[in-house]
Amino acid sequence: MRPSALRLLSIATVITLIAGFGLVFFWTPMDADQGFKQKIFYLHVPLAIMALVGFIAAGVEGYRHIRTGNSRHDLNSYVFIHISVVFGVAVLVTGAIWAQASWGKWWVWEEPTLVSFLIVFLLYCTYYPFRYAIEDRERQARYASVFAITAGAFVPLNFIAVRMAESVIHPRVFATAEGGLPPSMMLTFLVCMAGIALLWVTLVKLELVGKRVNGQISKLQRLVGEEPAGSSTGRRVSPQAEV
Amino acid sequence: MRRTLDAWQALLGKELRTEARTMRSLPAMVLFAVTTFIIFRYGLDRTQLSGSLAGGVLWTTLLFASILGINRIFVSELEEGGFDSFRLAPVASNVFFAAKAAALFIYLTVLELIVVPVFALFFLPDWAALLPLIPVLLIANLGISLLGTLISSMAVNSTSRDLLVPLILLPLIVPLMIAATGASAPLFDASGPVFDGFGGWLMVMGLYDGVFLLVGYAVFDFLLED
Repeated sequence: MRPSALRLLSIATVITLIAGFGLVFFWTPMDADQGFKQKIFYLHVPLAIMALVGFIAAGVEGYRHIRTGNSRHDLNSYVFIHISVVFGVAVLVTGAIWAQASWGKWWVWEEPTLVSFLIVFLLYCTYYPFRYAIEDRERQARYASVFAITAGAFVPLNFIAVRMAESVIHPRVFATAEGGLPPSMMLTFLVCMAGIALLWVTLVKLELVGKRVNGQISKLQRLVGEEPAGSSTGRRVSPQAEV
Repeated sequence: MRRTLDAWQALLGKELRTEARTMRSLPAMVLFAVTTFIIFRYGLDRTQLSGSLAGGVLWTTLLFASILGINRIFVSELEEGGFDSFRLAPVASNVFFAAKAAALFIYLTVLELIVVPVFALFFLPDWAALLPLIPVLLIANLGISLLGTLISSMAVNSTSRDLLVPLILLPLIVPLMIAATGASAPLFDASGPVFDGFGGWLMVMGLYDGVFLLVGYAVFDFLLED
């Protein structure tokens, strides 16, 4: 991606997020039941959706990697999981805050979506120790892709099982007995969703650019006969972009 | 087809013969499970269990005992060069996966044949729950052995194998455990077996087994490449 395009994307992200949070604070009506606290919904839910979409997309990229052998897909898969795990931390924190605000407890086991999310998050946390424990780079990439596929298939299964096990008390914001979200809240939610999605894409692009720059630097260092930084510490811990 | 089946039988036979001669996995799994029952007896301070407590103790014990076997299932191949010999053979790698999963399934079934009666002897007032427990055990065994084979084959080539297998496997196995305990807890009801949502839970477990059968079939080729 060209630097100007990345800058444009970043600016679009900032504008959408500011617009979204402006709508959240100044325009959407107060929730009759939960009041101001309910507004964390506009941050928590888009983050969770984006994290899960990222995990599934990482599985798709992993599949493309083992099918084609193109290491670009492995790099994508790695970066998707990375950013989604970071989002996952934010989801768990905002979820805990929301639980404390509406139920008075930081953690609620009867809340199937949050529990499922925690299980998925714990699984993806093992991606890094797993990946770095394999020394051969090509095998590392292949096994990481298999992990991404297996875990990606697991995400929906896990949500089905946990939902079946728990009584459903999660605030069903979209489909309530009164006929769902009022239009103003729906619009605000969509703007926030777009903002968080743009944020995810921007962070992914930034990390990919960073990997690319690193790859170019070590290539140049090798050309002038220098040891690339970090190579003396043993194995490379993350995939690099092909230059 | 015939050749594939022959190869599968040969691999499974080799696996079972090795286990019968070396006794690497099964005795350890049985000992571990029985000791865990004793720990639960004092940890929970109960001499009789019923309902979800009985289901939880049984499934936790079986799951952790199975991890011992899962950890070992590919170790001998790595140490004795079994992977290289298999790559030389003109057989699809899925056959290898199927044979390993079948061996693990047999280990788990033998483990349960010994350990579940011990569990009933230790904690249950009567044996009425054991018969309807059989399908739950078998379907769960299938899921554990498919997923266990997949994860074990991924972790065996890494530097921290023993650490990674439980770390990756436990979150992945949570849905199966939810369904297995969900199906078996009512069976252990103090007033006799209740079949509350039994079929639904078995279907969730069947779905789980099916998904990981397909995943294993699709990706195992790439785990065996060198």
